[in-house]
Amino acid sequence: MAYKFDFGAIVPHWELLLDGVVLTTELTVIGAVVGVSLGTLGAWARASRAPVISQIVGIYVELIRNTPFLVQLFFIFFGLPALGVKLSEFQAAVLAMIVNLGAYSTEIIRAGILAIPKGQIEAAQSLAMNRVQIFRYVIIRPALKKIWPALSSQIVIVMLGSSVCSQIAAEELTFAANYIQAVNFRAFEVYFVATALYLAMSVLLRWVLKIFGNFLFERRSHV
Amino acid sequence: MSEFTLWDIVYNLLLAARWTVLLSLTAFVLGGIVGLLLLMVRTAGNPWVMRLVRGYVELFQGTPLLMQLFIVFFGLPLIGIDVSPWIAAMLGLTLFTSAFLTEIWRGCVESIGLGQWEASASLGMNFRQQMRYIILPQALRIAVPPTVGFSVQVVKGTAVASIIGFVELTKAGTMITNATYAPFTVYGCVAVMYFLICFPLSLYARHLEGKLRHVAR
Repeated sequence: MAYKFDFGAIVPHWELLLDGVVLTTELTVIGAVVGVSLGTLGAWARASRAPVISQIVGIYVELIRNTPFLVQLFFIFFGLPALGVKLSEFQAAVLAMIVNLGAYSTEIIRAGILAIPKGQIEAAQSLAMNRVQIFRYVIIRPALKKIWPALSSQIVIVMLGSSVCSQIAAEELTFAANYIQAVNFRAFEVYFVATALYLAMSVLLRWVLKIFGNFLFERRSHV
Repeated sequence: MSEFTLWDIVYNLLLAARWTVLLSLTAFVLGGIVGLLLLMVRTAGNPWVMRLVRGYVELFQGTPLLMQLFIVFFGLPLIGIDVSPWIAAMLGLTLFTSAFLTEIWRGCVESIGLGQWEASASLGMNFRQQMRYIILPQALRIAVPPTVGFSVQVVKGTAVASIIGFVELTKAGTMITNATYAPFTVYGCVAVMYFLICFPLSLYARHLEGKLRHVAR
């Protein structure tokens, strides 16, 4: 007997899926904003002349980039309570995403900073700008502009990676899908729909990031 | 109830790590072969095929690896093929890898100047000969560093296979944690093992990149 697909079985659960989409979005937005900020700090530390801080950040970057996100998540959620740090599922998921994106964006933004011509910085120094001013106006803006596409891809990757947060019972989209298929036994249909939702979200996110990048870098560049 | 020493934990994790390595290697090799085939058909120039491969890449780069594994794991039984977690993980990761590799390699092939294609065509070479003797030997040289770099993503991707029940390093970590109640130690060890597999690959990729940049100058 051939299998009969029944996508209608998902319809009664649409609110759960919507809740999942909302939570995945929340995770992504918080993770992206804080993660990229952390990455900016990290890149600054890497580029600074303090070797100890630079090395510590370097170790952090390598540790995160060479271990799976799932293991980082488990370590934070299951491991940290042993040190007395208890986090809720949502907090652990957000923290893992921040820490993960922080490491990747440190490396990406650093590449952008390294691509800033030295003459620009010297010119700023000759205008008597201090280090913070130079970093803010001369280094970070053009650097971010240059690496914005790479950073956008990384944010999308982190959004997609958040699907494993279902494993610590953070109630995002995959968790919702797992729950629904446990109720109606329509695993394939549910995961098919969830996959389509993820695809739509990643297309949308890429588009939003592109618009946001244009807004950040193009409009004010001639002011 | 038996007591777990640190050595017991490490030893059992090492046993499981073999499966991580095996799954990574299999997915990487098979994914490489599929990726190369996709590269061939998409550079051969049929616009419909090109669009199809483009969609394939978009699909795999725009959805979570976990969903891809779920679809394979729950989808194949529906068409009458019963799959074990091992087969599902291998198949899912192979498809995932092929999509990324074909995209990486496309960039490398496109970086070869159009003149090379024209020159070889003017020598009367057909598509296969052009690929075999002119384009691929040059493209592969550029392709090695990012390909090695991507292998790190494959190794890390295998961790997701634990969710569909394949017992590799991460799954073993969870199982040992459930027996020992020592998540900090166990997941710490798991992370260290992934690091020991991935970091040399990362370093090697960086080394190759540096070498290539040197040659290019």
